[in-house]
Amino acid sequence: MIRLTGVTKRFFAGTPNEVTALDDLHLEIGPGEFVTVIGSNGAGKSTLLNAIAGLVAIDAGRIELDGTDITAWPVYRRAAFIGRIDQNPLASTAAEMTVAENLAMALMRGRRRGLARAVTAARRQVFREALAAVGMGLEKRLDVLVRTLSGGQRQALALVMATLVEPRLLLLDEHTAALDPQAARLVLAITERVVTTCRLTTLMVTHNMEQAIRYGTRLIMMHRGRIVLDVGREEKEQLTVQNLIARFVAVSGDLFACDRLLLAAP
Amino acid sequence: MENVILSGLEQGLIYAFMAMGVLLTFEMLGFPDLTVEGTFPFGAAVSARAVVEGLNPLAAVLLGGLMGALAGAATGLMHTRLRINNILAGIITASALYTMMLRVMGRPNTPLLAYESVYDQVLGWFGLPLSHLLIILVLALAVLVTCYGLGWFLSTDLGLAIRATGNNEQMIRVLGVNTDYTKLLALTIANFLVGLSGALASQAQGFADVGMGIGVLVAAIASVILGLSICGRRSVFYMLAGVILGSVFYRAILALAFRLGFPAHDFKLITALLVLLILTLPLLRAGWKGFSISGRGSTGRGVQGGSGAPDVRGAGQ
Repeated sequence: MIRLTGVTKRFFAGTPNEVTALDDLHLEIGPGEFVTVIGSNGAGKSTLLNAIAGLVAIDAGRIELDGTDITAWPVYRRAAFIGRIDQNPLASTAAEMTVAENLAMALMRGRRRGLARAVTAARRQVFREALAAVGMGLEKRLDVLVRTLSGGQRQALALVMATLVEPRLLLLDEHTAALDPQAARLVLAITERVVTTCRLTTLMVTHNMEQAIRYGTRLIMMHRGRIVLDVGREEKEQLTVQNLIARFVAVSGDLFACDRLLLAAP
Repeated sequence: MENVILSGLEQGLIYAFMAMGVLLTFEMLGFPDLTVEGTFPFGAAVSARAVVEGLNPLAAVLLGGLMGALAGAATGLMHTRLRINNILAGIITASALYTMMLRVMGRPNTPLLAYESVYDQVLGWFGLPLSHLLIILVLALAVLVTCYGLGWFLSTDLGLAIRATGNNEQMIRVLGVNTDYTKLLALTIANFLVGLSGALASQAQGFADVGMGIGVLVAAIASVILGLSICGRRSVFYMLAGVILGSVFYRAILALAFRLGFPAHDFKLITALLVLLILTLPLLRAGWKGFSISGRGSTGRGVQGGSGAPDVRGAGQ
């Protein structure tokens, strides 16, 4: 499905502030997998998703989709197969446009946009059904400006937009992080329902270990731009937050020990 | 007073084309396009030269618009291909256009009174005589057709992509739109309208002049702001209609000022004050409301009228 080979990304390269966000990263995700991604701040989780979406240009490595090299493709060209939701509720929807207009734009994801009317009666019906499926009552608010919606409603709308045309890969970048706990739970429940019923290949970044364990079919842990832990479905079911933290500390402690070793070496 | 209304309508409708263009770039695309200061007189210069060369006036006006569109495309290409800052790209094009209009006309000013105007021509089709009222009618029809066309375009899949480019560029890129293309397209369309506006203005006043463009941008912005505060932003059609109304009101205010004896060189100051006033109006309104309520509270006058109580409660929420 999607394969990353030796992907490296450095920010502020050549300056004292140089950060290696992705360090020779290898990752292969099969069709239908629902992968949760955890890691501390600055581990490279968001950069990984942005590199796949094309929002970040990588310094080295290769990104392939079903065997096609898409490394050099711009964002808008990758849009044909990728749905993405940002952690910021303001980022994945257009505030000054109506709910229906936002959905009309999502309906044309990756297709040539011409002079056909964007919001037609037939399309409104499609939008209403898609919105009704998430159960937030948004189907009655097709003509309101998105800026009047709450953060949770905006993320739910973003989820409907990202999946209105079934993407081959869904990228969720901590899409519930900015919501209050109740809205976050609701949006997560909707996410799981959509992802499992459509069997969407999904990468979901989260800060929350419990979420990472509970959702998805595979869990990867990142640290300093690398994948330090990769847990499949069976092993994941045995995981608890405690032993995940223990493994996280073990892994990062390892690296810490390495650093000390390096510093001590001369 | 009748003159004020007629002059406001005629000028306002001519400048409404430009205001619609400025609405598209400044407001919808979020692109402060300074090209228009050059495009407006350039459209006038091109159409004037074309009329002098014997082209029929309507074709000349459309040619003025098309050349304006090219200027818009030049700014768009500079910004998207050469990655030049949006304001700077517009300034560069506007500067280049100044020389180009001098070259086109061969001198700073071209009188057109000796030639048939586009208004003579169109009214002539229906065997009607030239009068201010009939010119206004022709202009009103042209503005309505343009408004409808633009409103329709901005409601298509492509039009939505243009509006989203100004509203949330990253989102629409993630949804598969090359925003370089939407910016280029919007700038081209907007500057077509501005060039058209300049050509129509020169046809109405009977000459084209290189200085015509000075201050037209702030006037257009005044019209847009005035219009949006009248009609709001509920839909694209509300915004377009508002901007047309704003343009007419703005020109009527200037005509009124002229009638009250203000000399023409005061108009820029009047415009500046007008823009400032409209922009601060919401703030002032809130200020007045707060003042009156606190005044009521301290003097206890709220008790007198039944209407006082809900006001105070409303302010508390």
